[in-house]
Amino acid sequence: MPLLRDDIDTDQIMPKQFLTRVERTGYGDFVFHTWRQDPAFVFHDARFRGANILLTGRNFGSGSSREHAVWGLQQHGFDAILAPSFSDIFVGNCVQSGLVPAVMAEDACIRLDDVIQREPSTELVLDLDQQTVSYGRSVESFEIDAYTRQALMLGLDDVSLILRREATLAAYELNRPAWVPQVALDSEA
Amino acid sequence: MTGHTLAQKIWDRHVVAHERGRELLYVDLHLVHELSPQAFAGLDERGLTVRRPAQTVATMDHTVSTRARPDRDPDPLAVAQRRALRANCERHGIALFGLGSPHQGIVHVLGPEQGLTRPGITIACGDSHTATHGALGALAFGIGTTQVEHVLATQSLLLKPLKQMAVEVEGVLPRGVSAKDLALGVVHRIGFGGAAGHVVEYRGSTVRALSVEGRLTLCNMSAEAGARAGLIAPDETTFEFLRPKRFAPQGELWDAAVADWRSCTTDEDAVFDRVLRVDASSLEPTVTWGTTPAMSVPISGHVPTVEENANAAQAEQALAYMGLRGGEAMTDIKVDRVFIGSCTNSRIEDLRNAAAVVAGRRVADGVRAMVVPGSMLVKQQAEAEGLDDAFRGAGFEWREPGCSMCLGMNEDIAAPGERVASTSNRNFEGRQGAGARTHLVSPAMAAAAATAGHFVDVRDLLP
Repeated sequence: MPLLRDDIDTDQIMPKQFLTRVERTGYGDFVFHTWRQDPAFVFHDARFRGANILLTGRNFGSGSSREHAVWGLQQHGFDAILAPSFSDIFVGNCVQSGLVPAVMAEDACIRLDDVIQREPSTELVLDLDQQTVSYGRSVESFEIDAYTRQALMLGLDDVSLILRREATLAAYELNRPAWVPQVALDSEA
Repeated sequence: MTGHTLAQKIWDRHVVAHERGRELLYVDLHLVHELSPQAFAGLDERGLTVRRPAQTVATMDHTVSTRARPDRDPDPLAVAQRRALRANCERHGIALFGLGSPHQGIVHVLGPEQGLTRPGITIACGDSHTATHGALGALAFGIGTTQVEHVLATQSLLLKPLKQMAVEVEGVLPRGVSAKDLALGVVHRIGFGGAAGHVVEYRGSTVRALSVEGRLTLCNMSAEAGARAGLIAPDETTFEFLRPKRFAPQGELWDAAVADWRSCTTDEDAVFDRVLRVDASSLEPTVTWGTTPAMSVPISGHVPTVEENANAAQAEQALAYMGLRGGEAMTDIKVDRVFIGSCTNSRIEDLRNAAAVVAGRRVADGVRAMVVPGSMLVKQQAEAEGLDDAFRGAGFEWREPGCSMCLGMNEDIAAPGERVASTSNRNFEGRQGAGARTHLVSPAMAAAAATAGHFVDVRDLLP
């Protein structure tokens, strides 16, 4: 699905009125809620229905750290986002839930946009191992940092990785300076 | 061997382990607010508990009503979410500065004013404006909900090493030009998201001369430049600010802390990946005209035309959303609402600066203006100084602390098409209410716009 606009912030992806929910699911219908009020918005274009790759502009996922944006995109059916750049926090959130943030050069994004606008039924194959997007006889490469790629491919979980380091973590804690902040529970009524 | 930057030094001191190109960083202080109930639920699902409750502090800010308290919040979901936070804090032994506490406030106002934010420490919070705490020389990261869960469980984070950027500001800020104008100027120069992957250290004589409040404003908007964190080396100004704070180290601990904090500086021979130099004397009071925080011009300027923008399609969308024509003088733009508050500009100095402009003037007809102090302590201090009377007397609403109109998660929103002069940090589409049009400015500029009914150069109003 093509949405070639720069600087799409997470307020657009998941507006604030959906952040008071305590659940982690059920955000698919809220993704791009405001923009979807416009019948001409690409989400309503039947030619792209069911697409699971979103092609978009620079600095995608900027602004608020709300992970609800990632949950919404995934729960709407997207498995990967292709963009020339992403915000750091958004990428961090993608990894946690298994959404692929693939960084593709801007000229490649524009080429791809041309192709899918001309031929919306074009099938893209995103190969995380090879870091390529192929369609027809064309192949574009994308960047993704090594940890993010491994985490997505192997389904690594940060907490499990960290918990294996418990002894190191405990040893670290013994050597912290005495002046670091501590707040006793009874200090606040 | 080349020297290290301040950010590298703090980072290195907190590395617990290396893991597949990431570094496991210890988190000294974890700040929590009501928007991450899923993190506690995740902890439960894993059968884990909060590893270091005494290094975890919670508040309620994003959704709280700013009307007189106690208040009946009309939003049952927000009420349930805050109730969940209270229950989670009780269950895990976490100190909660919630509604009803004399210390409640916006998380990024509360940390510094309680003396919890300190030089040389690492901080994490599930909020993109966590960089604010860097103003005191801390390395502070905004994170998402799942990472909040990770910090609760492990008191650490797996992070990618950062690139180093210096923003060197030299010279004296002209009269009427504040840290907010400097922040907007920096974001304009770096570009929205232009510092992605970097930690920004603000340096130079202008930064040294800023108060801690001003530094907090500057570091706060590192998020808008896309930086992972922003910080300023601690100095006497920092120590003086911290010393009287409630949780500041006492006695010998204080001396040991200050001795350590004096080493929290960037080495002379450290090399930054990028350097941006800003001449403070070139800055003017600044106003945003578009839908990203980088789209700003000096108050003496005009709304840029589509042709004057590098990205024509984006400029066209922004102008259409904002209901502006390229070429309009900024001072011709009328405002409907004025919001003085947010983690960027709701501290005592911000309120004093705004009140100084308001003195002897009144809010213009047809303008609704509100002041929302950043915390109960700021509110108390402002009231002790009579600022509340000054604002109320001039026709401003004087509210209870919270995030309020910065993101409009309570009733404090603007109507479709309404134009807001706002001291907050984001002017995204719909940020302050569906169809609302946000212009980011300093507290003094917001107060000036409130009294004039349109944007005005605050330098013309100052004595």
